[in-house]
Amino acid sequence: MSVVTNTTTIGAIDAPSRRNTELALVAFAVLISVFAYANVGLALNGELPAGMLGYGLGLALLGGVAHLAVRRFAPYADPLLLPLATLLNGLGLAIIWRLDQSERFQATRDFVAAASKQLMFSAVGVAFMVVVLILLKDHRILQRYTYISMLVALVLLILPMFFPAVNGAKIWISIPGVGTLQPGEFAKIIIAVFFAGYLMVKRDALALASRRFMGLYLPRGRDLGPILMVWAFSILILVFETDLGSSLLFFGMFVVMLYVATERTSWIVFGLLMSAAGAVGVATFEPHVQDRVTAWLDPFAGWGKIDASEQMAKSLMAFGSGGTLGTGLGQGNSDLIGFAANSDFILATVGEELGLAGMMAVLLVYGLIVERGVRTALAARDPFGKLLAIGLSGSFAIQVFVVAGGVMGLIPLTGMTMPFLAAGGSSVISNWALIGILIRISDTARRPAPAPAPSPDSEMTQVVRP
Amino acid sequence: MSELTLTVMRLGFLAVLWLFVIVAVQVIRSDLFGTRVTQRGSRRTANDARPQQARQQQAAAPPQQRQQSGRQRRGAPTKLVVSEGTLTGTTVALQGQTITLGRAHDSTIVLDDDYASSRHARIYPDRDGQWIVEDLGSTNGTYLDRTRLTTPTPVPLGAPIRIGKTVIELRK
Repeated sequence: MSVVTNTTTIGAIDAPSRRNTELALVAFAVLISVFAYANVGLALNGELPAGMLGYGLGLALLGGVAHLAVRRFAPYADPLLLPLATLLNGLGLAIIWRLDQSERFQATRDFVAAASKQLMFSAVGVAFMVVVLILLKDHRILQRYTYISMLVALVLLILPMFFPAVNGAKIWISIPGVGTLQPGEFAKIIIAVFFAGYLMVKRDALALASRRFMGLYLPRGRDLGPILMVWAFSILILVFETDLGSSLLFFGMFVVMLYVATERTSWIVFGLLMSAAGAVGVATFEPHVQDRVTAWLDPFAGWGKIDASEQMAKSLMAFGSGGTLGTGLGQGNSDLIGFAANSDFILATVGEELGLAGMMAVLLVYGLIVERGVRTALAARDPFGKLLAIGLSGSFAIQVFVVAGGVMGLIPLTGMTMPFLAAGGSSVISNWALIGILIRISDTARRPAPAPAPSPDSEMTQVVRP
Repeated sequence: MSELTLTVMRLGFLAVLWLFVIVAVQVIRSDLFGTRVTQRGSRRTANDARPQQARQQQAAAPPQQRQQSGRQRRGAPTKLVVSEGTLTGTTVALQGQTITLGRAHDSTIVLDDDYASSRHARIYPDRDGQWIVEDLGSTNGTYLDRTRLTTPTPVPLGAPIRIGKTVIELRK
């Protein structure tokens, strides 16, 4: 028998399932949301809000149900995705409720109290996530529906064209008796399935057949086909639905996935050039987009004249008056933004009432969700799961960037909602479904591998050169 | 509500929010550093107290390993010592088993050396208890003193066997 000393072996720790960590963090997230709610009530009326127990219990119930579903159907899933989403959703609820209480906001046109509706939509969203976890036993099933999902996504994206524009963008469809729906939010998940399935099959052709030119791998002309198609399509969305957000989201997601699938930097360069060209091209002749660009370039010039500019300027002032530590929940004036203060512009309230410190924390929470998604993609063992996870987290990241960048005046404002935070049924439901799929992929990825095969040494032995 | 309470709540909320982020990052930390370093054989008392890693290694080793040679000649080497290279100081007791050297994970001595092959060499006792070193067709060869091995060669006590950057020798 050998006795070897001073020799170390490095092995991977079997990932524990970490469900208890998740439970504790979900409870923490619910507590933070209740704290926010109480804080708003105390600041506005000097007493604890009457609905605090109801909202707290509702949120706790949602978190609990979601946690139990994960425990039952995805026991090895990432422990952070659910708590992070719960925190954002709860914080969003508190801020939406805070804006509901504001008299100035109540005076804006077509005001409806959104908090209770948002709680209901959150419940639908969590139910959606649970259904995803139950029905989707293995994310690779989605691979079968590659081309069907392309069709469905196309239909979802084209549908709003036949409905009247709301606030200048045709991204809603209204179903009589049910309400309005933003199909683009769902299309973003479905089209990620298509991209993942398509790129998994085609990536070798896209990656290998290329010429090297000035440090870049230039793809062959005919391999440019798919990216040109997606580009043309996103331009069409921009022109016909005048929705800069969705078009950026879809094109950006495709470029991200193309880059991950092929490891070719040239796709990013092409993507950036093409989106810049497309955006500039459309902005020159589409009045709605032009308004947004003007509002972005000089928000204060249109004060009192153009709604979009004024809103933008108010949002910037909200951020400014927030300062480093904020004015405190319920004590800001971000409700002056008026219309869309609780959806597109909800970040302005975060920025004013929680200040830079709170804003950074919220953005970090978003960043952590994206990080967990990317981590899931890294850990996933099948290429389809990898691409799907990167596509979903990439689209999440792009959406956060586009909305936050728009509200803060970094890029022209687009009509998209902040995931989980903003009031809006479609957005909350689709993002819970997105989290559900990520949880499913991470469950598969973190499940202990069935007895790893002894890996032959991958590195080559170097030859001693005399 | 007094101004003070509200200020405390405002700062308290920010603190709690950041605490959540920090706790979340702590959870991630365990994911990032998800490897474990096992000291092989250092704390060995009985067979079953051995870490699993070592047991697997035992199982993967060739069957000759368990072939015990009861006789030990006087003046025969009792241990193998790594005297140069990253594993310097490692000793392996010689108890009649075959010792394999290489980068492969199931070698007795796993060499972390770019110039070693995955199955580089083996050292085994012949019938008389004489220790023999044999090159297993490695890329860069195995050297006994200064000569490159071509056939299985008996190893004298204290003669350096060079594999890549690693030097081992047999000692009493």
